[in-house]
This record gives sequence, structure tokens and C-alpha cells, in this order.
Amino acid sequence: MIAVLINGRRIDVEPGTTVAAAVMRLQAGFRRSVTGELRGPLCGMGICMECRVTLNGRPHERSCQLLCAPGMEISTDA
Amino acid sequence: MPSTLVIGGGPAGLAAAWAAVQTGDTVTLLDDNPALGGQIWRGEIPSRYRRFLDPRVTVRTGVQIHSAAQLPSADRIILATGTRERFLPFPGWTLPHVLGAGGLQAMVKSGLPIAGKRVVVAGSGPLLLAVAAYLRKRGAKVLLVAEQAPYARVAAFTRSLWRQPGKLLQAAQLGLGLRYRTDSWPLRAAPGSVTLQGHGVLPCDYLACGFGLVTNTELPELLGCKVESGAVITDSKQRTTVPHIYFAGAGSVDRSILEGQIAGFDLERARALYPARDAAVRFDRLLDETFQLRSELNTLATPETIICRCEDVPFSAVWQQRDWRSAKLQTRCGMGPCQGRICGPALEHLCGWPAASVRPPIFPTRLENLLDLRE
Repeated sequence: MIAVLINGRRIDVEPGTTVAAAVMRLQAGFRRSVTGELRGPLCGMGICMECRVTLNGRPHERSCQLLCAPGMEISTDA
Repeated sequence: MPSTLVIGGGPAGLAAAWAAVQTGDTVTLLDDNPALGGQIWRGEIPSRYRRFLDPRVTVRTGVQIHSAAQLPSADRIILATGTRERFLPFPGWTLPHVLGAGGLQAMVKSGLPIAGKRVVVAGSGPLLLAVAAYLRKRGAKVLLVAEQAPYARVAAFTRSLWRQPGKLLQAAQLGLGLRYRTDSWPLRAAPGSVTLQGHGVLPCDYLACGFGLVTNTELPELLGCKVESGAVITDSKQRTTVPHIYFAGAGSVDRSILEGQIAGFDLERARALYPARDAAVRFDRLLDETFQLRSELNTLATPETIICRCEDVPFSAVWQQRDWRSAKLQTRCGMGPCQGRICGPALEHLCGWPAASVRPPIFPTRLENLLDLRE
């Protein structure tokens, strides 16, 4: 199992789990849109950008295209 | 040794890379995703196609292409950039429980537990059945598959499958035990539910919704390949209008594999596959006719419905614009991080606007990456 932190909460996931899937296991929404709506992944393939997160301090990373790695810190506030 | 660069590691790209290696080329394959297989296989490549994973191919995954300057030099480029889903806006389509049909499948394949969840699959095309069958296999309660196409068309299509027993069997296996309803589409979604035409309100944990496929033409266009009505123009050998650049893989898996091999092989071996490829193209045309989107779908968006999800542009701001360009300038529609990839195909449908031209970088990127390119 791989342990990652999502908004400060620890979650253990199977290897091969994407960051997007890990976030969806914990909560329904990801980022807030420019007018404040809660959004989640739409395309699941790196195109719509709705699932972007801040990953280890780097903003706007597409969470559906990244695999969880031990110790990753993810903030859905991207 | 001549060199071939393949962009995209789905069925077409893998087949192309494998075929190019057989002709003696040095082959490099780049893909944006963490694993090979494209959206349809996602790392789970069926055993009969594992031969495509030739160890002589240099594979780099997790590579995002922003501009032409970033591409390694090669004698031949085979673009296999695949397709994405078309989404049509309806009230509530931006809620977090509404995903693409392929989108939800991708999430489940990459670690989202779906067992026991109530899912409605809606939209159009054969992908809906494939997704529903997959989700059910993984334990989801698929409440309904809502297909917008009229019953008469779908029935005529199913009858025509008698001539292709393999495809009929495939369809029957996918459809077995699923509740499939034609002439139905999402009217609106609310948190925890969807309202479907002819069906009423259905509570659900997820609405998986897609209205057919759109070819990813951004990179081919950037490289100067001619694109017409959303399709990259190719000749029988899969050559685009730009010398040494090929394009393969739009439509079904069978077709993509054939197109990939034709692009990768020498002329003699490629020619032997033309008849099979042409038959696959004809089948795709039949699918397009069957699952043509009905005009009622253009009336779902209300003035308040958000069209551009990146910039939260409502339909009321967009509909009075003359064209894409003016919508971009006046409303910022299509100017956000997805660069119109989601609202573009929707507006093509709603307003009849052809897609806007692309320019680099074709994906948002960091300044440091652009500086690295030293263009």
C-alpha cells in the first residue's frame, strides 16, 4: 500500500492508483471553479483540467495523469 | 537505420510502433499517460495484442507535448493522438457526480472503488454499453443505460450486425442483463440524481455521460496536417498532407490497430491490410449514422447553464456571439486551461461553430518548460 496525504488526511491506496482516484475515495469535489462551484474530474484522461490539484507544492497538476507515490502531499485547492 | 517517432500509446500507436520495428526502424513512442494502452486499455493490454509491446521500442510515458520544438527528430512521425468524449451541456453537468462515460471508467480503472454504487450511463454510442458492462463487472449497480438515438435506428443497426457475427456477439455480451433504453437523454442533473427524458428522476451516485467521440486533432493541426470536419485527412497509407507525418487511430479499436499497422509497415505489408481497414471505416460510418445526435440535445442548456467550465461562461453570454473568435474575445469562452477542448465540440453542436485554430503551447505549461525549448 502507498500512503499519501490529501488535504492533510492520510489515505492508503493500492499501487497503480492515480491521485484523482485517491482524492475521489476521500471526498466528492476537487477544486473550486472561478465562480466558486465545486468541481470534480470529467474526462479522466488529462484533457478537461477539472481535476487539477497542488501536488507537493506544485499547483495545477492533473491528478488523473499522476500515480500516487509514497509521501505525496496533495491539496485540492489548486 | 531510419527512425520513427510515434506519439500516443493506445491501440493505434502501439500497433504502429510494433509495425515500424518490423520494418527495421529505430522506434521511439511517447505518451501523455502514466501507462501504455490508451484510454481503452489503460495498462491492461489484451493478451492477443501483447506482441505490440516490442522491447525494441523505446517507450516514454508521462510525456506531455506542448509544441513541435519539443519533438525529438525522426525520419517519420506517426501521430496516434486518439479521441476524447464529446460532452453536451445540460443543467447540472458541472456537478462533481457527473463524469464522462469513459471518464468514470478511467477513474475506476485507476483505483476508484465502484462496488455498490448506483450509476446511470447516458449519452450516445457503443461506448455506453462497454462502460456499463465494465462498471457492472466491477460491482456497480448500473440502473440504466440511456441512449439518445431513436429506437428505429438502433434496431436497424442491430439487425445489420447479423452480417458481422463477431460484432453481434460482442454487442450481445455487453448488453446482457443491462437495462438499455433508447430515445432517452439527461435533461438535468441535481446533487445525487439525474432527470432523464421519458424516464423521470433517477437517484444515483454517478452519472456517466458522453455523446460520442471527438478526434484529438490539436497536435496534427499544430504540425500543419490538414484537418476537415474534425478528421485528420489521410491517404490510403495513413499519410497526412505533411510529408513524413502519418496519422492513425480514430474510431474503434479494430480500426485503430489496422490504421496503426498500415502507418508503421512498409507499403507492401500495409497494402495487404487496406481491405480490412476500409471495412472498419465503413462500419464506423454506420455507427456515426446510427448514433447521430438529435437536435433536441441542443435545447438542454438554459441561459444559466455553464458552457465553458474553465472560465464559467454561461450559455447566455455565448449564444449572441458571431463565432468562436468573438466568443473567446468577448467572453473568455475556451480561453481556460483546457483551451476549448471541452466547450469547443459542445459549441460546434450548439452554435454550429467549427473548431478554432490551435497554436502552441497546445497544453498549458510552465514558463520553465517553454524556456527549455529555446525556440
